[in-house]
Amino acid sequence: MMLRRPLFWLILLLAAVFAWLPKHGNNVALREDLILVAVAIILTSNLNLMIGYTGYVNFGHIVFYGLGGYVGLYLMTVRSWHLIPAALTAGVAVSVLALLFGLGILRLRGAYFALATIGVLEAVQAFVSNFESWGRSTGMYVSFESYVPMGGPKHALWLTYFLIIGVMALSLMLSLGIRRSKFGLGLFAIREDEDAAIVLGVNATLYKAIIYSVSAFLPAVAGALMFFKNGMIDPSIAFEYMLSLEGIVMLMLGGQGTVAGSALGAGLYERLRSYLLTSPRLSAFHLVIAGALLLLVIRLAPGGLIGWLYRLVPRSREVIE
Amino acid sequence: MTDLLQVRGISKRFGGLQAVADVSFNLGEGEILGLIGPNGAGKTTLFNLVNGVFKSDAGTITFLGKDITGRSPDQVVHLGLARTHQIVRPLSGMSVLENVIVGACFGRENQSMREARATALEVLERVGLADRANSSARALTLAGKKRLEVARALAARPMLLLLDEVLAGLNPTEIGQMIALILSIRDGGVSVFMIEHVMQAIMNLSDRIVVLNLGRKIAEAPPAEVVKNADVVEAYLGFPDIVDKLRGAQ
Ligand SMILES: Nc1ncnc2c1ncn2[C@@H]1O[C@H](COP(=O)(O)OP(=O)(O)OP(=O)(O)O)[C@@H](O)[C@H]1O
Ligand SMILES: [Mg+2]
Repeated sequence: MMLRRPLFWLILLLAAVFAWLPKHGNNVALREDLILVAVAIILTSNLNLMIGYTGYVNFGHIVFYGLGGYVGLYLMTVRSWHLIPAALTAGVAVSVLALLFGLGILRLRGAYFALATIGVLEAVQAFVSNFESWGRSTGMYVSFESYVPMGGPKHALWLTYFLIIGVMALSLMLSLGIRRSKFGLGLFAIREDEDAAIVLGVNATLYKAIIYSVSAFLPAVAGALMFFKNGMIDPSIAFEYMLSLEGIVMLMLGGQGTVAGSALGAGLYERLRSYLLTSPRLSAFHLVIAGALLLLVIRLAPGGLIGWLYRLVPRSREVIE
Repeated sequence: MTDLLQVRGISKRFGGLQAVADVSFNLGEGEILGLIGPNGAGKTTLFNLVNGVFKSDAGTITFLGKDITGRSPDQVVHLGLARTHQIVRPLSGMSVLENVIVGACFGRENQSMREARATALEVLERVGLADRANSSARALTLAGKKRLEVARALAARPMLLLLDEVLAGLNPTEIGQMIALILSIRDGGVSVFMIEHVMQAIMNLSDRIVVLNLGRKIAEAPPAEVVKNADVVEAYLGFPDIVDKLRGAQ
């Protein structure tokens, strides 16, 4: 039962704190900090469904976020849709596309799959950069009219913030739900030994395609929301390869395969990155530090922070999933 | 005896090597059918063809009256045909219990997590791994991993179980326990098709034995006749001690 799992309540608490802190006292700077943490958690926890649960490394996960942003902004600016239906439609459209990609590239295993995900990212970026309706390499801008139905920009930004917090909570709930389900068990079996899983009766082709598609949905919704908030999108910011890699660092740092690990790693790394990027002396080095961090984690704590906790306190496994 | 499994003219070629060549046989309901042959004879490959890991180059496989030729292993296990691996393949990062729950969840009865848990506990009890349920599958001894292979396959609630050298690497006590288990499986209504190099065991357990050599079926008969078969003795000529064991088992 979901309600008996401590993490279920912790996720709700986290979302409530995120929603309340900046709103109380109207702290816009804090809101902007927390929105980045929330997006990092959304991307990392969905990436965890592929890497941590299924054992397939996706280097191009950011493609879902960027494409979601494009579909969302296109519907809002060109088709004048409201934010919420636009974001949901972006999620559905990108998931369907992911299902098609997935059925193609998920025949590959290991390093070949990982390379193919880079190919998907490159191909989508190249396509979008030349796609007339989406503004080619200049991208799209959110016009002022888009804010009007939401009561002006100020309200629109707060609404977007709360929606992103909601998507963050949903992402973590999704991971939590899958974790103890039969579907999740099939994914774990694939991660441990795909051929053995198939002999035991797991329809690996179907399971992999479904989880690849599912892991695209909420990041795409978040992309639509975030790029609306930012007011613009173009191919270089939508498909930032570094963000994809940093997602993997966050996941390894927190502990792949665990719900709490993906959130913890995303939160810690995002705060560290913001600090480094705003520090005049260290900003040029943030990727060096990310790389060093990844090496340290892999060497010293292959299970990440949560894996380390499990070793210190074995019983924590039951509580911190 | 009605036939559970009918294999007709299946073959498998790996590059220049004909691993299985035009093999046909039947397996009856409630039967224990042995499969023997020298190393590299194509026994494991034959299993891989029957449960769909490899696609046969020719021929047909019929299980419970359904043509299963070309079906994938996950579809085959849903119909009630489960197997173990000669080289054990535990899901190492998971517990022993979880491994068996996977077998139950995705087996013939497509059980829910709750049902699968009950099934898994019952099966673990049966194979003698109940006390290891919560340890990591990685931590089991070889004998433990072989039992886990059997437990996972049994949890699928199969009608037919393929056992690939489940006795290899076990000590005499463990062999005795495994043989008792195999007999109890058959008495529970599950037919068994088993590959084994431990001659004493296969001669005593099997109702009939199929002998493969260089991919071809060279004999199919009750144990007493197989050991007298000139072709079989010749196939094992390179392995004189096995010929002795064949005779000794008589
Ligand atoms: N996937 C494969 N690719 C290429 N050759 C293979 C493959 N699997 C098996 N072979 C070859 O096919 C032949 C039959 O192998 P198989 O494993 O079926 O023998 P076996 O009778 O089970 O032997 P053993 O008693 O040693 O287990 C061997 O020569 C083996 O090297
Ligand atoms: Mg073999």
